Amino acid sequence: MSRPLRKLLDKAGMAVCVLLLVSPALLFFIWMLSLSLKFEIDNGAYPPILIPDRFAWKNYTTIFEGNSFLLYFWNSLIVTGAATLFALVVGVPAGYGIARMKAHKSAVVIMIARMTPGLSFLIPLFLLFQWLGLLGTLWPQIIIHLVVTVPIVIWIMIGYFETTPMELEEAAMVDGATRWQIFAKVALPIAKPGIVVAFILSVIFSWNNFVFGIVLASRETRTLPVAVYNMLSFEQVSWGPLAAAALVVTLPVLILTVAAQRQIVAGLTAGAVKGG
Amino acid sequence: MSILTSSDRVVGAASVGRTKRLRPSYWPFVVPALIVVIGVIVFPWVFTLWMSAMEWRIGEEQRFVGLQNYARLFTDVRFLEAMLHTLVYTALSVLAPLVLGTAAALAFNTKLPARGLLRGIFVMPMMATPVAIALVWTMMFHPQLGVLNYLLSLVGIGPLQWVYHPSTVILSLVLVETWQWTPLVMLIVLGGLAALPTEPYESAQIDGATAWQRFRYLTLPMIKPFLMVAVIIRSIDALKSFDILYTITQGGPGTASETINLYLYSVAFTYYDIGYGSAIAVVFFVLIIMLSLILLYLRQRSAWNTGDGQ
Repeated sequence: MSRPLRKLLDKAGMAVCVLLLVSPALLFFIWMLSLSLKFEIDNGAYPPILIPDRFAWKNYTTIFEGNSFLLYFWNSLIVTGAATLFALVVGVPAGYGIARMKAHKSAVVIMIARMTPGLSFLIPLFLLFQWLGLLGTLWPQIIIHLVVTVPIVIWIMIGYFETTPMELEEAAMVDGATRWQIFAKVALPIAKPGIVVAFILSVIFSWNNFVFGIVLASRETRTLPVAVYNMLSFEQVSWGPLAAAALVVTLPVLILTVAAQRQIVAGLTAGAVKGG
Repeated sequence: MSILTSSDRVVGAASVGRTKRLRPSYWPFVVPALIVVIGVIVFPWVFTLWMSAMEWRIGEEQRFVGLQNYARLFTDVRFLEAMLHTLVYTALSVLAPLVLGTAAALAFNTKLPARGLLRGIFVMPMMATPVAIALVWTMMFHPQLGVLNYLLSLVGIGPLQWVYHPSTVILSLVLVETWQWTPLVMLIVLGGLAALPTEPYESAQIDGATAWQRFRYLTLPMIKPFLMVAVIIRSIDALKSFDILYTITQGGPGTASETINLYLYSVAFTYYDIGYGSAIAVVFFVLIIMLSLILLYLRQRSAWNTGDGQ
């Protein structure tokens, strides 16, 4: 076999391999889309139909009509937004402080927090929230989501601040700047890409969280994952609207994943953590 | 991953150690986070430990019972069964993603067109909302209307009962877990592959080694530390797995797929037996830490054997 031909075959073989690898993910989400756009009769058909003759757009409109879906969307936005913002406010300076003090032992606490099952935080905090009379508001969920978001932010920021050069900070120190000034004016601007990574991962893992919600959320304070789960268990909903709801819940995350895959991969491989 | 970087950071810190005068009084930066960590992470640990020594049901008087809750675990058949389910589930959910993820990493390590986009798609399962994908899997597992049985019928297998039969439920759930978490193993191993030196491969090429030989005798030993990190992370995550299991089966049929985590949930939030639930949480936590330490020890040894200090 000639060399160029062989090279071409190698490439083609590799491409087939990668297609095979990607197809479980790709086909799954295509099937999810298909389920969400079919009428009940098409979803029950055998053999299954991938592309129906008529699209059931009403699956998407029904979920927004009857199920207070907008309220749950809003709840998710508040909980994820507040937990992420608060985590950035306390976590970014903490990552900076730990990196500069070289207090690596303190990172062990964060590591063990990542290993702890989310449920074991829930029992004591549930009792605490009950005692404080906070159940029924969004506060318990915002606070407990910090269990997820704060360690993510601290971890990523320690790693990031360790790689940023010290020379500029030392120069600012010689010029008589205080530590806070150095942090705000020198370190923070350089760390922007790291903050973006921390923000994205914190948002995704908080948005996806389910276990805290099923215990702490009441009817009015459900987040989207809990709302979708409840559609499955308590109301007789057909597959179409259910798949549509599932897709709506996870779509923001999927878009973020494909759009920011470089940052996500960087964050996850730099020692990031999965929450919950 | 966190484990890898933390030990590496300690080594890195010792070798730098030059900017001494910048060191003191960075405490104010850390204090707010410290308060949060104590409030939502350390306090629950301590409080759980205390509750585990109590007879404590919601709405009833609590009293101190010492180690009685822990003694009860040994005679609780449902707990022991959950333990077994957890071990089987975890072992399979580590092994399958490890093999597939390594294969995927080898494929992604070559120069491909649209590599970024493909990697983005490949990573989607682990980033997607677990409840949402669990719902779709539930529909796909449906014995009559599900697409999986249709696909199997095309190659003349089935129909299977998937998550609706005790004998196949755990394997079906492992399938979902593998689908979801193979990308994470891929990313970790890909990081290892990117750091490999090229010289050994050049000389192997000259010696006429086959692709399999190059993988078996060059790549595999060199990425072993990364594989160990993947095993550690995967083990912890599989042990803690909750969303997928709870959404698809809730531990059923019967208790055929009930893991420790699901049992813990039932005890604490269905029966409101807080004291006993806390004891399970403590045992579960100790189990996870012990497993992590064992794997960490093995990782250290494998690093010694390959001779690099990673």
